[in-house]
Amino acid sequence: MAQKDINPRHKALCKALAMKEEEYWRLVRLLGREPTETELGMTAALWSEHCSYKSSRLHLRKFPRKSWRVLAGPGENAGAVDIGDGYAVVFKMESHNHPSFIEPFHGAATGVGGILRDIFAMGARPVALLDSLRFGNLDNSRMKYLVDGVVSGIAFYGNCVGVPTIGGETDFDPSYNGNILVNVMCVGVVKHERIQSARAEGPGNPVIYVGSKTGRDGIGGATMASEEFSDETEEKRPSVQIGDPFTEKLLIEACLEAYEKDLVVAVQDMGAAGLTSSSSEMAAKGGVGIELDLDRVPLREKGMNAVEIMISESQERMLIIGRKGEERRLIRLFKKWGLDAVVVGRVTDSGKIVVKHKGRVVADMPASILVDDAPLYRRPVKEPSYLHELREFDVFSLPEPRDLKNVFEKLLAWPGIASRQWVYRQYDHMVGTDTVVLPGSDAAVLRVKGIKQALGVTSDCTPRYCYLDPFTGGMQAVAEAARNLACVGAKPIGITDCLNFGNPEKPEVMWQFVKSIEGMSKALRYFQIPVVSGNVSFYNENEALGAAVHPTPTVGMVGIVEDVNKIVPAWFTEEEHAIILLGSPGEQLGGSLYLKVVHNLVAGEPPEVDLKAEKALQRTLRELLSRCLVSAVHDVSDGGLAIALAECSVASSDAVGFSVEVPVYLRADAALFGEVQARAVVACEPENTYDVMRIARKHGITARFLGTTGGRYLDFKGMFRISQKRARRIWAEAFERVLR
Amino acid sequence: MKGRKRITFGVVIFPGTNCDRDTYHAVEALGYRARYLWHVARGIPQDVQCVILPGGFSYGDYLRAGAIAKFARIMDAVTEFADRGGLVLGICNGFQILVESGLLPGALLQNVNLRFICEHVYILPQRFDTPFTCAIPEGRPLRIPIAHIQGRYTYGSQKEKTCALFCYCDRNGNITGDANPNGSEDNIAGIVAPGRLNVAGMMPHPERAAEIVLGSNDGAWIFRSVERWLS
Repeated sequence: MAQKDINPRHKALCKALAMKEEEYWRLVRLLGREPTETELGMTAALWSEHCSYKSSRLHLRKFPRKSWRVLAGPGENAGAVDIGDGYAVVFKMESHNHPSFIEPFHGAATGVGGILRDIFAMGARPVALLDSLRFGNLDNSRMKYLVDGVVSGIAFYGNCVGVPTIGGETDFDPSYNGNILVNVMCVGVVKHERIQSARAEGPGNPVIYVGSKTGRDGIGGATMASEEFSDETEEKRPSVQIGDPFTEKLLIEACLEAYEKDLVVAVQDMGAAGLTSSSSEMAAKGGVGIELDLDRVPLREKGMNAVEIMISESQERMLIIGRKGEERRLIRLFKKWGLDAVVVGRVTDSGKIVVKHKGRVVADMPASILVDDAPLYRRPVKEPSYLHELREFDVFSLPEPRDLKNVFEKLLAWPGIASRQWVYRQYDHMVGTDTVVLPGSDAAVLRVKGIKQALGVTSDCTPRYCYLDPFTGGMQAVAEAARNLACVGAKPIGITDCLNFGNPEKPEVMWQFVKSIEGMSKALRYFQIPVVSGNVSFYNENEALGAAVHPTPTVGMVGIVEDVNKIVPAWFTEEEHAIILLGSPGEQLGGSLYLKVVHNLVAGEPPEVDLKAEKALQRTLRELLSRCLVSAVHDVSDGGLAIALAECSVASSDAVGFSVEVPVYLRADAALFGEVQARAVVACEPENTYDVMRIARKHGITARFLGTTGGRYLDFKGMFRISQKRARRIWAEAFERVLR
Repeated sequence: MKGRKRITFGVVIFPGTNCDRDTYHAVEALGYRARYLWHVARGIPQDVQCVILPGGFSYGDYLRAGAIAKFARIMDAVTEFADRGGLVLGICNGFQILVESGLLPGALLQNVNLRFICEHVYILPQRFDTPFTCAIPEGRPLRIPIAHIQGRYTYGSQKEKTCALFCYCDRNGNITGDANPNGSEDNIAGIVAPGRLNVAGMMPHPERAAEIVLGSNDGAWIFRSVERWLS
């Protein structure tokens, strides 16, 4: 077809839904004709970056995705991994960055709702939530409002729906000033035979719409997530949906009951791009067609046109493929839970999505065009010019601080280090009665009722490192997550990721993205951990500020804990125990939190990630725990050895002080606050010291006696000491203080 | 569990209740029987000896907590059950529902810091002549979690009709202002009505502290008390 001018109505629609002209012509080519308006709207939504992964797909293929445990991987609603005894864990992480920046409360709340639906769409009962939050500087009231709004929104939704929020991260950096990150991970548990699929099957089977009515809320949400912020962003508030956790709770219970009664052939939530994505993805996966009659869709507002109905992102809705002849049973079941359930269409054998509205066919196109024929971009990559200079920066040229104690206190009060109790106290983290290790440890631990194995869960990323060297940063995110799991004795079985980057059309951003993936893949392959689900969030940048966020590939990792009774606290509880550093003492400053907080610098070479040492450390930690040789385990990360030790004394009201000698070769600040990787601090009874050292050596890990626990001081001998009471007060009160 | 008298607890489910499964699990883990009671039921089954209204967000609690649940059909049956002397325990949202429906006096307001609070607290039983406290050793503070946003108890005009059953305290059992997490009057964490000790409400969640793997099994005392009372 000759490329003439686009019909003006189509042009306007393309603009509204951020579809590029070349993509429009691609659609025309694939259809062999001009699309109808409905087809165009559906395609624009599904071909958005958010839904189609058109810039990232090529690179995501680099991730390892298989292991003998993986039951469902990327492509399903969420990943499912075997945990033994006929059970599987299902998990996924997703971003809700853009909505949360515009309307923090409902933006974050609906982020929780969306990821929950992905989990119970897999047949699993959601058992835990984690959220990884990144905010900008807290020196202005807008950012404080965002923190408060996001935390309240997560609390509102998670608490009401009755799924505990058991962990996550809360971090701050000016790179998020114009674009915060809200990544939410959900974990569910399911018996193998109850795992649901998103493959539509069986022509003649009913397509059933359940849950809330459809409104104009969230129209263009997927598109919004595929654009940078600009002055018009405030106008996009109507694109943010409103969450209704009560309806979600009913949906969870009703769906789980329907699966139990074997009434469901396939199911998918109506997330981004709503009815369009759920129907066409299920049809394309099953190689079938779906016919929808929009006049039967329950509507909240009058006068909605077909495009609006097809791409609305109203929350708390699921699309179910039922069994022919069992429609009434299914509808009755949902009615029992007070939910709308309506047959809105049928599965056909045509392979086409056919949409009828007011008696007219408004769309009739192959599902595969929507799902499989989305454009695929190999975007150019280019190493950013800032990097060379930043990494060449000689961190050792900085003057050594005279007052180390002052530096120490400053770090302890940094909101990314200080107690986040203010945050997690607002989350119900105990509902479900499965939370064995509560928030505030290296990793949360969940028991699974009915079996002995428990789950360790953590989410991690150090964007400073990723900014300076995305490859190393990608490896580090994986390594730190695995290390955190090892601290509770868990062996990793899979990850989900949420890759937050700037505008992929900029080669520098694309370079960061590709390098991060390569770094993560290298570590994952080395540790033999598959990626089972994930999400990419591009366009995290703000025109006004002119820069993208730090590359932030958040890793959500799940592991198996064989025996929950052998977990020890991440703080010192016993007096007179030996404190041992596992891993190299080392002095290092590049990319450290110390540089950022004290010298206001993100520069230098980030710490090297030695995968062999990381693996050896993980093995050492697991063996020490399984032999009951240690009384405390804590990983060394942000803030270095000094902060790790401090956390061991302030993290709980029953923690005790310590007295240690930190070896210094070149500079005390580098020894105390440097972030050499592959390290952990453990405490043990003095008579176990030899065994601990022997086991570390066996695995090839350096172990060094640092001092003993006990007393009322955090005593860094020969350097400074601070009373435990004071340290605890600084650490406990800092977060709330900066928010005031 | 051997040796335990097989008491049956009824666990009510309203739409939006989310501690029903936890309560059911705790009851069974402690060796008793449990059965669910659906919100539209017209009566309480014969074998149920103690009805528990569990925690959660009945009907979403978008209005005042418990304000809609009090109209649920099963509440008529619960009221009648209580009038006959049957044991009724409201936990968290269940307490809010009992207060809203007038089975217990007073009111539960927004926490004084206006935020949801989830944490372990200590509570001290105030009387030991009730079905829910009779087995608890005197003077022993219990470590049990709370998780609510509307838990600040106030007597309103009904002080003389209220009896404190549990008060927030510190780990040594001292009832102090610092130990009061939500601003409740007189540190009240749970109540009974005088002259009617068979109906009680409490904000802390005993079902979340019924197994040592969860960090405390002090909540078990409340179920044990019911057992002792009924034997």
